[in-house]
Amino acid sequence: MIQNNPISRIVAHIVLIIGILIVAFPIYYAFIASTQSLQDIMRPPLSLLPGGHFWENYTTALFGGIGRIGGVGVGRLLINTTIMALAIAVGKIIISILSAYAIVFFRFPGRMIFFWLIFITLMLPVEVRILPTYKVMVDLGLIDTYTGLTVPLMASATATLLFRQFFMTIPGELVEAARVDGAGPWRFFKDILLPLSKTNIAALFVILFIYGWTQYLWPLLMTNRNDMTTIVIGLRKMISFADADTEWHLVMVTCILAILPPVLVVVLMQRWFVRGLVETEK
Amino acid sequence: MTFRGTSLSLAFGLILASSTSSFALTEISWWHAMTGANNEVVETLSKEFNESQSEYKVVPVFKGTYPETLNAGIAAFRAKQAPHIMQVFDAGTGVMMGAEGAIKPVADILSMGGAKFDKSLYLPGIVAYYSKPDGTMLSFPYNSSSPILYYNKDIFKKAGLDENNPPKTWPEVWEAAKKIKTSGAAKCGYTSTWLTWIHTENFAAWNNLSYGTNENGIAGTDVELKINAPLFVKHFQELADLAKDGTFRYGGRTSEAKPLFLSGECGIFTESSGGLGDVVKSGMNYGTGQLPYDPDAKGAPQNTTPGGASLWVFGGKTDAEYKGVAAFFTFLSRTDIQARLHQVSGYLPVTLAAYEETKKSGFYDKNPAREIPIKQMMGKAPTENSKGVRLPNLPQVRDIENEEFENMLSGKQTAQQALDNAVKRGNAAIKQANGQ
Amino acid sequence: MASSTRVTFPNKFLPYLLLAPQLAITIVFFYWPASQAIRQSVLREDPFGLSTQFVGLGNFKRILSDPNYLNSLQVTVVFSIATAVIAMGFALMFAVMADKVIRGKGIYRTLMIWPYAVAPAIAGMLWLFLFNPSMGTFAYMIRSAGYNWDPLLNSGQAMLLVVAAAAWKQISYNFLFFVAGLQSIPKSLIEAAAIDGAGETKRFWTIVFPLLAPTTFFLLVVNTVYAFFDTFGIIHAVTGGGPGKATETLVYKVYNDGFVNLILGDSAAQSVILMVIVIGLTAIQFRYVERKVHYG
Repeated sequence: MIQNNPISRIVAHIVLIIGILIVAFPIYYAFIASTQSLQDIMRPPLSLLPGGHFWENYTTALFGGIGRIGGVGVGRLLINTTIMALAIAVGKIIISILSAYAIVFFRFPGRMIFFWLIFITLMLPVEVRILPTYKVMVDLGLIDTYTGLTVPLMASATATLLFRQFFMTIPGELVEAARVDGAGPWRFFKDILLPLSKTNIAALFVILFIYGWTQYLWPLLMTNRNDMTTIVIGLRKMISFADADTEWHLVMVTCILAILPPVLVVVLMQRWFVRGLVETEK
Repeated sequence: MTFRGTSLSLAFGLILASSTSSFALTEISWWHAMTGANNEVVETLSKEFNESQSEYKVVPVFKGTYPETLNAGIAAFRAKQAPHIMQVFDAGTGVMMGAEGAIKPVADILSMGGAKFDKSLYLPGIVAYYSKPDGTMLSFPYNSSSPILYYNKDIFKKAGLDENNPPKTWPEVWEAAKKIKTSGAAKCGYTSTWLTWIHTENFAAWNNLSYGTNENGIAGTDVELKINAPLFVKHFQELADLAKDGTFRYGGRTSEAKPLFLSGECGIFTESSGGLGDVVKSGMNYGTGQLPYDPDAKGAPQNTTPGGASLWVFGGKTDAEYKGVAAFFTFLSRTDIQARLHQVSGYLPVTLAAYEETKKSGFYDKNPAREIPIKQMMGKAPTENSKGVRLPNLPQVRDIENEEFENMLSGKQTAQQALDNAVKRGNAAIKQANGQ
Repeated sequence: MASSTRVTFPNKFLPYLLLAPQLAITIVFFYWPASQAIRQSVLREDPFGLSTQFVGLGNFKRILSDPNYLNSLQVTVVFSIATAVIAMGFALMFAVMADKVIRGKGIYRTLMIWPYAVAPAIAGMLWLFLFNPSMGTFAYMIRSAGYNWDPLLNSGQAMLLVVAAAAWKQISYNFLFFVAGLQSIPKSLIEAAAIDGAGETKRFWTIVFPLLAPTTFFLLVVNTVYAFFDTFGIIHAVTGGGPGKATETLVYKVYNDGFVNLILGDSAAQSVILMVIVIGLTAIQFRYVERKVHYG
């Protein structure tokens, strides 16, 4: 072992603490703002400690009146966003593990064509082709449905690529052994591949959950009804671009509510997330 | 198709195809861009209309900012899923008018509802802006506003200015602003929202200057911009000079400058009359005045033009649906509704009756600021320079102007250069939009 | 190559069945719309689609000779490089520090990763809330210190603000990879160098940094792609492309021309160009990734 000298270790701690201050500050500040009154927010500088309006602001945002967001409560929006994030995460994982399985463990005519058909879509963001995609959605009658909100966002190859890479590291002897034991493709998949992929699946789940949670342009166009939209869009609706006043204190409460669930997912699942992320993407 | 949600809906019992059971009701969808308190007004109005009768149900839907709403509506039209009613901002008027095959004139719809449509009931300046050159009213004015001047009385007092006498001309504004800054009464003298709408489009109308050929586009879509004429250049050079030491502060392209005034950082402010609500809410000691004019301009002040948004109706719907739209517009035109909308939201009343009633109730004696935009718009019969600006691509031209203004205010170019560039780029963009 | 010697299952029908869901979604929601975008890029159409005219490559010609397009290309390059360098530089520094400390590693990591979970649109809002000249507390402090902070008019400051917001969101991700990269460096190498008398700084630049090269390269591609595409929400919330056109990136311009200015042909042509760029970037990354899998 190399012994780091204590001074360099102290420096390291200081740098890390500064780093964390930078990284965490914007979120902390949003929380501070969410506990202040509107008047205080409008007159900078804002205090660095929480204000006295925590309960007031949070109860107003959660249960107040006919609702700032077209008569729909924040709760409903959080449920929608959760459904969207979960459906995208789970759907994408199922779809991609199956296709990666097909590509790595089978030989069949047209395999490379299919492979490239899928991988060309690897990084093309939905923003770039949103107008024609929208038309397709309308033609299929998917506006204002959870299917419309979620299924098209599964059309990206990232997850498939990750599984493919991981599967390619699995030694051929394992497959051979399985075949000698008389295990068919299904049993191999269920008994060997799935357990081996656990970490990857967990990491992908986190990544995709966040991907789904943070969508913006897509739900904006895909939903017409207020009760089908997501929390990020709801947040946008609260910020006034026309003539009305923006209630920044309530905006900040909603901000915190919109940030909290994905942060919890990342932090609580960080062990798998980190391991999977680093192992698969490299 | 097999993949349509099969595996997912199995996986999640939560995924329910949400159903709206509305058999007897004819649903009227209304896409809008109203946020915050104005969103509540939209919801309340729809609710009241729905409760007032049992045949139709208006369903309001927020679709994002004004441009996003317009775009979503257009995309939906192309996909044959257009809403019945769509709120389109002033700058989008030219875009909608260019699409005669896509829309149904409001004049036709109102007469379908049985009630005879009488244009003379509506405020002439507003109706003129939303009508075709032949006089057919194409859209229903929902929220109209005009720019006025606001000032902070406390700051005026501190700076030794007459708090009961707001500046009436631009040179007076510059003087007052400098005094505010030099006396230390506030950090900045003057700020404004919407340089395009207030300092270009309304500056032209109010000073009876031409913004572009063909009556600023009202008479035809072929327009050449005229905003690099000497008086515009002088005006913008003065703004640019004041910006150098912070006497004038730029807040952003749309309404972002508002907090600068509300927080007391700037003493004078030009902004839409629709912004009054926030000023009142902030609890500051404010005063209002007419939009300043340029004393060098002949015939100034002329009249200001309406901003805000109007409701457009898409074509291709059933008669029953159009009857519902007509019923809703008739409801919106009701004197009591209009008077309340006007008094609560600060937008202009659409009908003369609502104006008269508000006047009779003594509302303006207590709230003189609410009458300023109406007087500004009705003071004089509009000339060919002051009916408003209508371009096939006004949003794009505004963007171009904003970009050039920003480069001017940051000292990268003079007002002459900025306006010359804006005219050159704007004309090219208009040509392209006209398909030339 | 490794792939041709793989042991596989003999089955004629099953692989197609397994591929079906992904292919169906890809074709319906990717290839169909993409072909529509290509079609649109050779047409000139009014926003409502009431009149359509075939113009061949006219839209492409106009875009590529438009100084504004070239400007946004330049903005994109500057923005992407700045974002990638800052996000990676800070992440590397924090990762090296985290590698040194013995206590509190887990806590540091936990606190370091949460911006990853924040939506770009919200990240932009948070930064705007801090640095907005009219009500941001930081903006207020900077101005009080006598510095003229005005990102609304100063292009450099506007760029700085969007780069900061974009880089902030990406630090977490880079941090995790650098930490992992550092852990995989054999300690014996560093010890050997230490015995040879190499100081800490020298050890880092001669041994650690070169060994991190694969990670760095991978992150460079990821960060570039992120800066190209995923930052739309940030720019939309913070600057709207301004002042002037100082922060208008390629993706923002596609959105602006298509959705705000309604020039569909130009916008579609830009989408097609972007698709080509993306496919190019994908190919680069893919080749690299392939190498890693085979020889890594």
